[in-house]
Amino acid sequence: MRLLALIRKEFIQIIRDPRTLALTFAMPVIQLFLLGYAATNDVRNIALAVFDQDRSPASRELLDAYRAADYFRIDFDVDSEIEIRQLIDSGAARAGMVIPPDYSEQIAAGHTARVAFVIDGSDPTLAGTALSAATLIGQAQSTDIAVERLSRQGQLAAMDPAIEVRTQVWYNPDLVSAYYMIPALIGMILQFLTTILTSTAIVRERERGTIEQLIITPIRSWELMIGKLAPYVIVAFIDTIEILIAGILIFGVPINGSLPLLLLLSGLFLVSTLGIGLLISTISNTQQEAMLTSIFTMLPSIFLSGFFFPLAAMPQFLQWISYAIPLRYFLIVVRGIVLKGVGASALLPEIIALSVFAFIVMGVAAKRFHKRLD
Amino acid sequence: MLIEANNLHKSFGDVRAVDGVSLHVAACEAYGLVGPDGAGKTTTMRLLVGAFACDEGEVRIAGHDIRTRPEDARSNLGYLPQRFSLYSDLTVQENLNFFGEVRGVTSAELAQRGAELLGFVGLKGFEQRLSGQLSGGMKQKLGLACALIHQPRVLLLDEPTGGVDPVTRQDFWQLIIRLLADGVAVIVCTPYMDEAVRCNRVGFLSQGRLLTQGSPRELTARLEGRVLELVAEPRVRARQLSLDDPDVEDAQTFGNRLHLRVRAAAGPLERLPGTLAAAGVQVTRLKPIAPNLEDVFIALLEEAEAAHV
Ligand SMILES: Nc1ncnc2c1ncn2[C@@H]1O[C@H](COP(=O)(O)OP(=O)(O)OP(=O)(O)O)[C@@H](O)[C@H]1O
Ligand SMILES: [Mg+2]
Repeated sequence: MRLLALIRKEFIQIIRDPRTLALTFAMPVIQLFLLGYAATNDVRNIALAVFDQDRSPASRELLDAYRAADYFRIDFDVDSEIEIRQLIDSGAARAGMVIPPDYSEQIAAGHTARVAFVIDGSDPTLAGTALSAATLIGQAQSTDIAVERLSRQGQLAAMDPAIEVRTQVWYNPDLVSAYYMIPALIGMILQFLTTILTSTAIVRERERGTIEQLIITPIRSWELMIGKLAPYVIVAFIDTIEILIAGILIFGVPINGSLPLLLLLSGLFLVSTLGIGLLISTISNTQQEAMLTSIFTMLPSIFLSGFFFPLAAMPQFLQWISYAIPLRYFLIVVRGIVLKGVGASALLPEIIALSVFAFIVMGVAAKRFHKRLD
Repeated sequence: MLIEANNLHKSFGDVRAVDGVSLHVAACEAYGLVGPDGAGKTTTMRLLVGAFACDEGEVRIAGHDIRTRPEDARSNLGYLPQRFSLYSDLTVQENLNFFGEVRGVTSAELAQRGAELLGFVGLKGFEQRLSGQLSGGMKQKLGLACALIHQPRVLLLDEPTGGVDPVTRQDFWQLIIRLLADGVAVIVCTPYMDEAVRCNRVGFLSQGRLLTQGSPRELTARLEGRVLELVAEPRVRARQLSLDDPDVEDAQTFGNRLHLRVRAAAGPLERLPGTLAAAGVQVTRLKPIAPNLEDVFIALLEEAEAAHV
């Protein structure tokens, strides 16, 4: 059977090429580590320098409140504001707190005590987190103090806060970036691997001259196409499962939705990415060209798909462009299934969009794919 | 006719790589396609196997049009391209099996024919070697084995002995002769005249045009009586003086001999001994000889050039 012979040959070649093999199966895990740990937006343990001029039970209580929330780590207990500045300048501390000498007196007197909080703004993400955390902790502490004051005045229970806003985060209650990134990583890796591997695998036949011998066999164009794509579909599915397992074991990502649905829709997404790989192979003469073109097509996919940056925050015209990027739809699908556990009906628009893409891209690629030299 | 090509044309931009080539080759016949680098030999072969679509003209292999019925045509076709075109990361056996399987050879046939062919081309014992690690000559032999795995009736060889040692070249021709005996039609591209002589018919290709075709004997007959062999010292001086003779058209060096192409033999045979002796050149031999293919080819090329100008 011709098709089987082609696929078997392709697998032998995959196995005999250790570099590509490593790229294929090690890259997903390496990427997972990099993105899971490095590209995380979670800010924890911000180094804090404290200049406590009061050193009273009240000031210690405030510091304990900061310690309890694991946003901050009190690394330095200093004796002047200048020291705080030096620590922040050198990068040793990212924030500093100055408690005035009359802190406990002011509170005891029922006045508002002013605590100064300085933040290193050079890293906006970190500064943003530090700012809101510091404010929240301070407010919580002042509420406690207010309640205590009132109760001392015998007005207990009468003074529940009039309005209380309770925020609640769904699906990813701890706001762990890894949960958000890892499902998306499946999409990115699938696209990256399939476009690079298929385009280079086809161009390799041309570059090494083996296409000349293939051309004169009775293999039909569509058989050659399927024979080239099928091995990489299998590889891509192995990678998908690899990422999911690593995501569960290492990062504890919960899979809330249906795994078969996820794999099915991954298959739908793959038709588009394989088609892109096929298209790239028809315009490249060397494997290097194919590789560079593949990487080039990855860039808009990464930045305009909502992989790193939320689409809603982008200028309108970039949002329009993003509609032409299949990864955009797949990210919604994969995040939806993994994080929210949604079913196919909630993902209908994305499924339709992916199907349309699959049809167009593969159709154009198949039309351009010829079993000829010219 | 197993191979029929009529009026083939193929251009790459301004380059007319193949310009009106017609070839007909029957069973048991070896056709030698001879021409300088860039003459269009490889392009002609690629048109014959349908790797390129021709701009004009038609190709039939065993009666099947290569354009409309490529699969039927190709099931009768074996092709050894100029450049090594097997998988260098597959072993000898794997290459043979792969090309057999995609051509629909059954596995029982494959086992038998594969072993037979490897014996035939002298690669027995190398089955498990990666084909990328074979020597140049062995690669060509493996290429031939892969081209023959489906027992084609038409075999196209593009410079099969390029970069191959003389002994292997001999082997190759022995193989071709055995295939001819089995009724195969063969086209061989070659830049070597001593190989062309072994063919039943030869076509001279230059700038995409077939200047002439015929059996080696027919071709050399055209220059019968118009080539003189001259052995003389010093050779360079002898060549210059010969070219000054009004009847000498060309002088080519073959080892220590000169071949003079003349309009007629009588004049130079009479004049040259005297002219050369007077200039102090010592003549050992000057006599008419049977022309070889190279003489014919050079004469044709010069004619073609003269016609162009
Ligand atoms: N794919 C191609 N694209 C553009 N030009 C080409 C292509 N293939 C061949 N040519 C040109 O066509 C002409 C004939 O080339 P061809 O390879 O057929 O010559 P050849 O007789 O096989 O030469 P050689 O003995 O060096 O192999 C050359 O001028 C070559 O540059
Ligand atoms: Mg050539």
